[in-house]
Amino acid sequence: MITETVILKGHIIDSLIFAKVLDTILQAGGTFDISKIDVGTRREDPTIAKISIRAKSPALLEKILQAVQPHGAVVERISDCHTMTAPQDGVLPDSFYATSHLSTQVRLKGKWVGVEAIEMDLAIRVRFDPPQALAIPMATVKKGDCIVTGRGGIQVFPLERPKGRDVFSFMEAQVSSERPHQHIITDIAKRMRLIRANRHKDLIQGSEASNQNIGTKVLFVGGPAIVHSGGRDALSWLIDEGFIHVLFSGNALPAHDMEASLFGTSLGFGLSAGHIAPHGHEHHLHTINKVRGSGSIKQAVESGLIKDGIIASCVRQNVDMVFAGSIRDDGPLPDVVTDTVKAQGAMRAALPGVGLALMVATTLHSIATGNCLPAKVPTVCVDINPAVPTKLSDRGSFQAVGLVMDSSSFLKELARELDWSG
Amino acid sequence: MRVSNAADPDRSKAQWRNLMQTLEKDAGAKLQRMTPIEGLPDLVFTANAGLTRDGKTVISQFRQKERQPEEEYFKRWFTEHDYSVIPLGVESYFEGAGDLLGFTDIWFGGYRQRSEIGAYAALSKIYDKEILPLELVDKKFYHLDTCFCPLSGGELLYYPAAFDFYAQETIANRIEEDRQLVVPQVEAERFACNAVCVDRHVVLPAGCDKTMDLLKHHGYMPHPVELGEFAKSGGSAKCLTLALD
Repeated sequence: MITETVILKGHIIDSLIFAKVLDTILQAGGTFDISKIDVGTRREDPTIAKISIRAKSPALLEKILQAVQPHGAVVERISDCHTMTAPQDGVLPDSFYATSHLSTQVRLKGKWVGVEAIEMDLAIRVRFDPPQALAIPMATVKKGDCIVTGRGGIQVFPLERPKGRDVFSFMEAQVSSERPHQHIITDIAKRMRLIRANRHKDLIQGSEASNQNIGTKVLFVGGPAIVHSGGRDALSWLIDEGFIHVLFSGNALPAHDMEASLFGTSLGFGLSAGHIAPHGHEHHLHTINKVRGSGSIKQAVESGLIKDGIIASCVRQNVDMVFAGSIRDDGPLPDVVTDTVKAQGAMRAALPGVGLALMVATTLHSIATGNCLPAKVPTVCVDINPAVPTKLSDRGSFQAVGLVMDSSSFLKELARELDWSG
Repeated sequence: MRVSNAADPDRSKAQWRNLMQTLEKDAGAKLQRMTPIEGLPDLVFTANAGLTRDGKTVISQFRQKERQPEEEYFKRWFTEHDYSVIPLGVESYFEGAGDLLGFTDIWFGGYRQRSEIGAYAALSKIYDKEILPLELVDKKFYHLDTCFCPLSGGELLYYPAAFDFYAQETIANRIEEDRQLVVPQVEAERFACNAVCVDRHVVLPAGCDKTMDLLKHHGYMPHPVELGEFAKSGGSAKCLTLALD
C-alpha cells in the first residue's frame, strides 16, 4: 500500500466537501484514515482534517490525489527522514530510530517508502537510488550505511485487522483458563487450511496466483513439553499432512522427540508405560550422542536411525527447521545453532511468507520469535501457564491470541479439527 | 467571447447606459463609474474586481491571462477611493464577487470553473465568515453569480443543475424550501440569475418572464433590461456591477 497525507481546511463539513473528498477516494479505489480532525467552535471557524490516503499502486495514488486536489485537499508537506552514517561495523549512529513491529514507512526524496522486513527493536537502513528501506539488526550494520535517525519523515501504521470474522480479526490476548477455547481452535484450523491451499497455489501456479496477505507458511514454535505431555503423534500428523512449514525450537524438543523414537520415553518417562524407565534419565543423552554420530538430524532420519515423530516428519516433509541453542543444552544436537546472533539470522531468514505463528509450550522461544515477527502476522500462544502469553504480550507482541491449556490437549484438538482420527 | 458572435459597440454602450439608468432611477442605487482602459474590454464586468465588505477589499486573482492585467487597475481604483485593500495571501485563483455571494450570516463560494476552493479558507479568515464552497459543474455557468442570486429578503434565486450533487444538498440544507426560487433552464441560460437586487428591486436581463413572476410572487419588483450584447460574452446585469457597501 502506498500512502499520502492530505490536509483539508475550511468550512468542509456543512458544505459536504469533506464527504465529497472521502467519497472520491473510495470511488477511485483507495482507502483512507482520518488521522486528525479539528472542528471549530464557532460557525465562522474552519475545520481542519488530516486524511491519510492509501492506494495499491503509485499510479492509483496519483489518480486519487489529482481527483481530490480540486476540492481543496493539499498534500501535506513533510520533510524526508533524517539519516546518519554508521560510524563502524555493528554500531549505529547516535539517535538512531528504533522500529516497532508495525508497518512503517519512511519519506525518501519526497515519497513514502515501505520499510521491508519490519520487526521490533531494529534500525532502518536506507538507500536512495532506487529508494529502499530495510529493517536491520544492530549487529549487521556496516560502517557507512545510511541509518534513519530522529522521528521526522517516519510514519507507523496501526495494525490492520485481518479481514474475516475469526478470532484473528480481534487479535487480543484472551489469557484465561476459564474461557472456552474450542472456537479459537476452530479458527486456527480454518486458517491453516487456508494457508495450505494458498501454498499449493503458490507452488503450482507461482506467487502471483497466491494471496500474499494470507501467507504460504505456518510457523510452529514448540517446547519439549509437547513430547512429555503426549502431543507428539498429533503434531507429527499435522506435519505429515502439510499443515506446518517452519519449525523453531531449542535443543530439547528434537532431543526428546528422537528419544521417544529410539527408547519410547521422554526424559526417561515411558510414554505408553506411564512410569519412569530404569536409567531413563540417560536416554536423551544417548539419543543426542547417536544423532551426533550420524552427522546431522537429517542424516539420522534418512539413515533409518530415527523412524518416527515430529523431527522425522519434518525431515520427510522438508520443513524448514531452526534450532536455537542455549547455555543449559546437553550435547547439543548437531544443527543446533549455538551462536545467538546466527540463530536470530536463521530465524529471520525463515520468516518471509509466514501467515500464522503457533507458539506452543515454550516461553523463551515464543518471545524470541515474537520479537522477529511483524505485528500483522496472526499469532497464537498456547501454554498451560497464563504467565507465558501474558509475558509475550508484555514484551510487545500484543497481537498474539493467548490460549491457556495443556499443549498435548491443544494439538490433539487442533489435529481432530483438521480430520485427524487419532 | 467568440469573434463570430462579437458584440456591437454602439448597441453595447446603449445597453450599458440603460442598465445604469435603471439601477439609479428605478432601483435607487448610488453608482460609481470606472474609467475604461484601452485593451481591457472585460474591465466592464466589475463584479470580478474583487470583494469589498466590512471595510475590507480583496482584489481578484484571475485565472485567465487576458484578465490578469485588470488586477492592478482594480487595485488602484480601490486604493484611490480609500478602501483598505488586503492581500488574499494564497496563490489560489479568486474572481471576486462573481464567485463569492451570500446573505448576512453565511456566504457561498463557487469553485472548479474559475475560482479555486483554496481561496475561500483564506477569505473566511479575512472576513471571519462561514463560507460554504459550491462546485460548479456546467461550463455555461462558470461564475457563481451566473446561476445563484441571494435576495435581500433571504430568498435564493438559483439554477440547481449548475451545481454538483453535494452543492445542491448544501443549498437545500441551508435555504428553506419556500425560499428557494428555482429558475427554469431556458431563463437560466439567458442569465436570469445574473440579477442585481437592491432592497426589493431586482434588475435582471429581459426575456425572463417566469423568473419575473417568481420574484413578484415573493414581493419583489423586477426591472427587465435588454443586455443581449453582454450575454454574448457570458455576462449580464450582475456581472456589470460590484456592490461597494
